[in-house]
Amino acid sequence: MTELDINTDTLIEEICKKLQNSAIIQQSPKMIGIRTGGVWVAQKLHQQLALIDPLGIIDISFYRDDFSKIGLNPTTRPSDIPWEIDDQHIILVDDVLYTGRTTRAALNEIFDYGRPASVTLVTLLDRKGCRELPFQADIVGMSLECNKTIKVTGPEPLKVTILDQHGEIA
Amino acid sequence: MSARLSSPNIQLNELGKLHHFLTLEGLKQPHLVEILDTAESFINPKTKEIKKVPILRGKSIMNLFFEPSTRTRTTFEIAEKRLSADIESLDIQTSATKKGESLLDTLWNLQAMQVDMFVVRHAQSGAAQFISQHVAPHVHVLNAGDGQHAHPTQAMLDMFTIRKHKGDIFDLKVAIVGDVLHSRVVRSQIQALSILEAREIRVVGPKTLMPESPEALGVHVYHDMEEGIKGVDVIIMVRLQNERMTSALIPSEKEFFKLYGLTEERLALAKPDAIVMHPGPINRGVEIESAVADGPQSVILEQVTYGIAVRMAVMSIIMSNAAQLSQYKSEQATLDLEGHQDSNPSKEEK
Repeated sequence: MTELDINTDTLIEEICKKLQNSAIIQQSPKMIGIRTGGVWVAQKLHQQLALIDPLGIIDISFYRDDFSKIGLNPTTRPSDIPWEIDDQHIILVDDVLYTGRTTRAALNEIFDYGRPASVTLVTLLDRKGCRELPFQADIVGMSLECNKTIKVTGPEPLKVTILDQHGEIA
Repeated sequence: MSARLSSPNIQLNELGKLHHFLTLEGLKQPHLVEILDTAESFINPKTKEIKKVPILRGKSIMNLFFEPSTRTRTTFEIAEKRLSADIESLDIQTSATKKGESLLDTLWNLQAMQVDMFVVRHAQSGAAQFISQHVAPHVHVLNAGDGQHAHPTQAMLDMFTIRKHKGDIFDLKVAIVGDVLHSRVVRSQIQALSILEAREIRVVGPKTLMPESPEALGVHVYHDMEEGIKGVDVIIMVRLQNERMTSALIPSEKEFFKLYGLTEERLALAKPDAIVMHPGPINRGVEIESAVADGPQSVILEQVTYGIAVRMAVMSIIMSNAAQLSQYKSEQATLDLEGHQDSNPSKEEK
């Protein structure tokens, strides 16, 4: 069985370039990573973009829409947004965009802290075609069809493994 | 009713998880650690802020207070609101003799108002358990203090406060001072400390305020205050429960303070970094002097704040367990159905 490794360094660099070329970077944006994988990606972006304000971290466990089905996530940890959300330009970072439900939960949580001026969604990988909610990322590291399953491990090394729909490595 | 108190496992569901929360008796270390860890997840580590979260939206919680309470009731209400539940609080003052039938009638009426969880405070030991035996299977009961029996959320917030300051509980010496006989808080604290394997649990107080054989609880008994708190990591002072005393068990409050009151001089006998706790309400000058209650080693007000997070944890764990149980049952039903289909020869192979 061969392993398909994605070079995450290249993807992170590309995302940084896209962010640097976007209007958002001129507006002293603040960054939030979604626990767990999104935080790993955000830490790298935060460092490479040399953002001044500390990285915000959110854990969307308490905002999931399937509590009545699966209950609490046992590894839930507190969210930590160390600055005011009101009127800030936010870069929201996740590792994988799939159904869009995590993004929905994250936006709800952010809005419980305040009213941001804008939210830019950044994702390392976009699994296209299986969206259940109308969310699209503004900046994507790499797109792939949603019949590919993805495993992200980190934080160091940040590694992405792609498996096909039968769970075998593509 | 009291005979049933020895079978606490009615608070667990088929998967061995909390369905009600009535007492700590019979629970295992993982149950308690889950509560402590979950409580931690509600508190911002830097700001200590406890944020509102939407997990119990659409759930209905009713606080039934048959006995007056300020702290417990208010922190339960705040906890419920921070979980986004719909809440209703009722003060139901009723005499113990009227309880039986009228209590159940009240209960069934309230249950008909589509309640998911009752939080119960009652002057009668065993009341919460009694109620739990008569509610519908989908309704959960939390004990917010029943007579002299148990006050499990108070004990858990105490454990949480200790863990916050001292780390793991298993290495600690803890002294509980005061009215051990009448205190449901002490009973629950001793159970919690035992389950979490505290190194040494001491109870300190006059013979008249001790149960008949306190050693049976697995504690060391001291009648001398100075001896009892020497070298401990944690001192928990408990209030003289005048309202539960049917006869004069102490000569006077002044005399009690002289013998058992926590003063700065006595506190110096404990470890230098010992913390002082009190479940409240405190009687200044009776069991604790103001200099200690307001002093640097006192964590009394932190206990109140942590009470919110711990109660949020217990309520969300119970609702989470219910969700997981119904998911488990529906998966089992699907498996049974599939098993049934497989054994049907007219069915094609998959």
